[in-house]
Amino acid sequence: MSLEIKNDTGSIMVVKVDDLLNWARLSSLWPMSFGIACCAIEMMGSMASTYDLDRFGVFPRPSPRQSDVIIIAGTVTFKMAERIKRLYEQMPEPKYVISMGSCSNCGGPYWQHGYHVVKGVDRIIPVDIYVQGCPPRPEALIGAILELQKKIAQESLLNS
Amino acid sequence: MDETSQLSEFGKVFIYLIMGVLFVLFTFFIGKLVAPKKPNPEKLSSYECGEEAQGNSWIQFNSRFYVIALVFLLFDVELVFIFPWATVFSRQELINADPYWGWLSLIEMFIFVGILLIGLVYVWKKGDLNWIRPEQFLPTSPSKIPFSAYKALNNETYQTKSFNNDFEIPIPGKVLTEAPVSSGKPGFIPKFKRPTI
Repeated sequence: MSLEIKNDTGSIMVVKVDDLLNWARLSSLWPMSFGIACCAIEMMGSMASTYDLDRFGVFPRPSPRQSDVIIIAGTVTFKMAERIKRLYEQMPEPKYVISMGSCSNCGGPYWQHGYHVVKGVDRIIPVDIYVQGCPPRPEALIGAILELQKKIAQESLLNS
Repeated sequence: MDETSQLSEFGKVFIYLIMGVLFVLFTFFIGKLVAPKKPNPEKLSSYECGEEAQGNSWIQFNSRFYVIALVFLLFDVELVFIFPWATVFSRQELINADPYWGWLSLIEMFIFVGILLIGLVYVWKKGDLNWIRPEQFLPTSPSKIPFSAYKALNNETYQTKSFNNDFEIPIPGKVLTEAPVSSGKPGFIPKFKRPTI
């Protein structure tokens, strides 16, 4: 990122506005406090002190109005899909989706016989990052956050 | 500093306040400038944890909740006072210093709890702890057919048999034999193989 460019004293930075905005956005990715199933336990684990997602600026918000990213952590049932869709709609742009775990990626263990499970949350909302695992380790979720940060760094908010 | 400053100490606070307000306004302005704005009816609907909002938000809470909450708060605060008292009460050096210390603090705490208990008795006497329950009643109908007629009809139509395990299903061609007497050893013996490295 061009934000790394500094002069010798480190007091003046020259950046593009897009890069500055992207840097600000990716440094404070606020997910929504939203967990559906057992992956949410891993999500809580990664937000707690051992893995400490807060050091990446990831800080769960109680409302979709304040969130940038929604982490779909768990099995998406058809009953829940309606709510997820509404919550996603209620988030302000720009918004991102992390699909965490096999269930929300593709239906997971419910792929064949899960009459009640949506076979992948990407059938209802657009997913940016998929995290594999059942459930994924907290490291995997941290990896997903880092990948999402890379993705945001290449976007252009002003030109869109 | 020899010369007197033009700005008093309160003036600095005033500048601080103005700069604070300006900073917040500036941030809001920048946010309005760069943030994408794509409103739609779904986004503007009220947030109810993903549920669709139903009914009126001007619902009335029962005022009895207020009394219960007040009484709860009273005893909650009482507990907050009892905890530091209990840590001081049991200190040996204070009891050694004054033989009456223990009795004094104990009686004081009893007086304190007693005053609060009077309040509880008052609330109880006033009937604020009584919760008005909905009356339960069996539904009746103006039908002229007596209830026993329905009962007789049910007994006739839905005959039930009491369940018991004592019957055997006869399987043709199968001779019933005595079950082999088990020797007490498990049939499956687990084997552990050491992996060859």
